[in-house]
Amino acid sequence: MAGASIVITVNGAEQQVPAGTTVLGLVEILGLAGKPVAVEKNREVVPRARHREEPLADGDRLELVTFVGGG
Amino acid sequence: MTPPASDSWSLGDRGFHSRIIVGTGKYASIDETRAAIEASGAEMVTVALRRVDLSSGAPTVLDAIDRKRYVLLPNTAGCYTADEAIRTLHLARELGMDEMVKLEVIGDPKTLFPDNAATVEAAARLVKEGFKVLPYCGDDLVTCKRLADVGCLAVMPLAAPIGSGLGIRNPHNIRLIIENVSVPVIVDAGVGTASDAAVAMELGATAVLMNTGIAAAKKPVLMAEAMRLAVDAGRKAYLAGRMPMKAYANASSPVVGLIE
Repeated sequence: MAGASIVITVNGAEQQVPAGTTVLGLVEILGLAGKPVAVEKNREVVPRARHREEPLADGDRLELVTFVGGG
Repeated sequence: MTPPASDSWSLGDRGFHSRIIVGTGKYASIDETRAAIEASGAEMVTVALRRVDLSSGAPTVLDAIDRKRYVLLPNTAGCYTADEAIRTLHLARELGMDEMVKLEVIGDPKTLFPDNAATVEAAARLVKEGFKVLPYCGDDLVTCKRLADVGCLAVMPLAAPIGSGLGIRNPHNIRLIIENVSVPVIVDAGVGTASDAAVAMELGATAVLMNTGIAAAKKPVLMAEAMRLAVDAGRKAYLAGRMPMKAYANASSPVVGLIE
């Protein structure tokens, strides 16, 4: 499968990542490792403890969120 | 000045001395956010949840908040249904927070008035899931009672529309809620200047939550200090018990012994 890639949607924008990428892998690709980020895959929360093994598949829709200033 | 320990209050098992809760939106910078929080004397601050900005490595609001000093209160601003609010808080929980959440279910985009029925529904579901819920709601006694009945730790009736700075538009409603609801009443939204915060506290509110009233002042950090002092002054006036209002004068100086 080396070189194969999948297309996922991250925060509304399509993104190509290598096949076999996990949630943690995506977080790293985006430069967000170690940052406070919560992840939803296809509208289901992916708990932080599962980021390392949670696989991504072609067509998955991801939401990556964090806290921002607000009232 | 630190208020006397006897005047502390609590939400569930969490005790507070400060009676001001501040938002973290609309500030010019992270430094200003941090300084305003500090000057307000708040022990709890609200934050919102949004998509990560993938194009920017800019500091986030969390850089302004020392988690050892402040309770983080995630909100559900921008949610229009119970489902959206609950989905948002499931994500907030993943980010690490302090069990308490500010529930907002908006019902109208122009006024940002809450959908009270949907708020009660969302609150009931969140309480069942173990969240400690502080709901933003209308200044309506029956709604507040329902929210207390489903297990909310406090109720947070609006004083005026969010971000309007119009002050306490219906002090009588706020007073009725304070006198008839079994949980703490936190006046949320509409405070525009220090006297508004003092009025809320004089009515007997447990605390006041504000954001724009500080952030949109010309000098936010100075206004944060003014709000801290006003909340303290209003609280003390409430505890002191104001004099009854009279229609006519009642001389302060003795009426006997006047020279002739």
